[in-house]
Amino acid sequence: MVFQGLADRLQQTFNKLKKKGKITEADVKEALREVRLALLEADVNFKIVKQFIDKVKDRAVGQEILGSLTPGQQVIKLVNEELTELMGGTQSKLTISSSPPTVVMMVGLQGAGKTTSSGKLANYLKKQNRRPLLVACDIYRPAAIKQIQVLGQQLDIPVFSMGDKNSPVNIANAAIEHAKRHGNDYVIIDTAGRLHIDEALMDELIAVKGQVSPDEILLVVDAMTGQDAVNVAESFHKQLTLSGVVLTKLDGDTRGGAALSVKAVTGCPIKFAGMGEKLDALEPFHPDRMASRILGMGDVLSLIEKA
Amino acid sequence: SKTRDSFVGKMEDLLRRSKKIDEEFYEELEEILIGSDIGVNTVLELMDELRDEVKEKRISDATELQPILSNKLKSILKDHDNALNFQQNEMTVIVIVGVNGVGKTTTIGKLAHKFKQQNLKVVLAAGDTFRAAAIDQLKVWGGRVGVDVIAQQEGSDPAAVMYDAIHAARARKADVLICDTAGRLHNKANLMNELNKVYRVIGKEVPGAPHEVLLVLDATTGQNALQQAKTFGETAGVTGIVLTKLDGTAKGGIVIAISKELSIPVKLVGLGEKMEDLQEFDQQKFVDALFPT
Ligand SMILES: Nc1nc2c(ncn2[C@@H]2O[C@H](COP(=O)(O)OP(=O)(O)OP(=O)(O)O)[C@@H](O)[C@H]2O)c(=O)[nH]1
Ligand SMILES: Nc1nc2c(ncn2[C@@H]2O[C@H](COP(=O)(O)OP(=O)(O)OP(=O)(O)O)[C@@H](O)[C@H]2O)c(=O)[nH]1
Ligand SMILES: [Mg+2]
Ligand SMILES: [Mg+2]
Repeated sequence: MVFQGLADRLQQTFNKLKKKGKITEADVKEALREVRLALLEADVNFKIVKQFIDKVKDRAVGQEILGSLTPGQQVIKLVNEELTELMGGTQSKLTISSSPPTVVMMVGLQGAGKTTSSGKLANYLKKQNRRPLLVACDIYRPAAIKQIQVLGQQLDIPVFSMGDKNSPVNIANAAIEHAKRHGNDYVIIDTAGRLHIDEALMDELIAVKGQVSPDEILLVVDAMTGQDAVNVAESFHKQLTLSGVVLTKLDGDTRGGAALSVKAVTGCPIKFAGMGEKLDALEPFHPDRMASRILGMGDVLSLIEKA
Repeated sequence: SKTRDSFVGKMEDLLRRSKKIDEEFYEELEEILIGSDIGVNTVLELMDELRDEVKEKRISDATELQPILSNKLKSILKDHDNALNFQQNEMTVIVIVGVNGVGKTTTIGKLAHKFKQQNLKVVLAAGDTFRAAAIDQLKVWGGRVGVDVIAQQEGSDPAAVMYDAIHAARARKADVLICDTAGRLHNKANLMNELNKVYRVIGKEVPGAPHEVLLVLDATTGQNALQQAKTFGETAGVTGIVLTKLDGTAKGGIVIAISKELSIPVKLVGLGEKMEDLQEFDQQKFVDALFPT
């Protein structure tokens, strides 16, 4: 595997750095060079990588070396700690509104996994004895309404739709009224995929937000996203003030550095991870696991933990 | 295009500011390239070659570097044959594959439109029987473009759909049959094997088919696209790439790494969600869009 390569490379770096005492700038430099490459290979945005490396360097230089660790290992330990912290704590909880229904709006680029994640989230809530309502606000994509209706059927969860001739603002508004009348405590609004630079469609989301004041606006991000993740996340966040992120397609073999980029530019917690196409494939997001996955060195970390 | 604006903008800005070729210059150049998703390994190799050339040719002016880098990128994307493999005396069968949500079904709609403009008779096969309403989605596209869609029920065997579609397309004297497939991650062996079953049926009914297996890649995807191309290339017999969503701000630079490491040609690019938003990939244009000549 690609991952193994990095672990080996780091091990070599460790072996070279056997001396004890205080960590020197030279120790740090060598280890961090490998870390930088690992992060870039994992698709973490280069600007975020730069900030991150500088921060670790500052923290590491001059530190006393712990008993059993080599300087290299200690740097990696620091890297992992910083990375885990940057990824945030475990927060796979949705806000609950004090005046139900709680409104959740799903937004993101085309094909990221919004509709599927809407279904998964509804399923997740249903299992907690909630009564979610799915709302079909994608009036553009061919058969988008049918898609969410099929998911609703599969899950036995109601889907609110007004066809594709009404504006998403009107649909969302009517859906909330519907939810109030029918005792739905969660309303999950599926929106059409759009580019963050598409002003007309971004304005549409702003209008929906203005109308229904969502308690959660979740950005759905494909874990395979590359360097552009920062632009996408920054732009969605600036225009909508996101409350969280759903990271999809983590069942693939991507390292998923986009997670770090998105977290770094929005500050929003990654609340859920999509782990497959099936409607139960939604998991709480684990920052520590994601950190090792991005670094691609789970085994090196376990080595450090043992030391 | 956007690729041109931002990349060229940054390059020109960098060249204007830094007349001297120093470490800082190299670092910034490296970041511009990495920022386009070209890929760390490819970029590091490029930078090494560039450094060597600067030493060898005693280049001191940063502006001289631009055509050198531009030529290097062009030579990586060199002379791929981008034309689709059309059959003269028989129906051409094209299969579209790729991971989830990259734009396969939409690309089929666009391709059908393109062929129809060329007065070809097109039939579509609804081979994604898995994803919710995938069949309906393709049918909407068929209706928009004005071509027939052969479909079975959701959940039916994709290979059986292909069998039906081939016979229906023959009966309609179609020139081209384009087959949709469900999105699948390349690391799922069982789903990749399912594709082979589809190919076997197609090959049995139309000897020599499929004539094209197009892998759809999302330009927003980072380094994983290389792995996708590798695995689909090895196990699914990919003959070409369609790079979609280039109308966004992502540069799709990973196709440079793909060209360098695997030789799969990029044949088409997707530039939006409408049926006209498909263009032939032109490597000259692609690189020219990265650098002004
Ligand atoms: N493997 C995998 N596939 C996923 C996951 N989440 C979504 N998908 C698939 O990704 C594709 C796109 O998902 P959708 O839910 O339609 O995405 P979307 O964001 O609603 O797309 P648009 O509405 O067109 O913008 C589908 O094939 C889904 O089955 C995941 O976590 N893992
Ligand atoms: N902006 C933009 N959007 C695109 C492009 N191509 C496809 N899309 C959008 O991307 C989303 C996913 O497209 P699909 O054609 O459903 O993708 P797919 O690969 O068939 O998805 P699955 O069958 O679920 O795996 C849709 O919202 C499309 O409208 C493109 O070139 N540019
Ligand atoms: Mg959708
Ligand atoms: Mg599809």
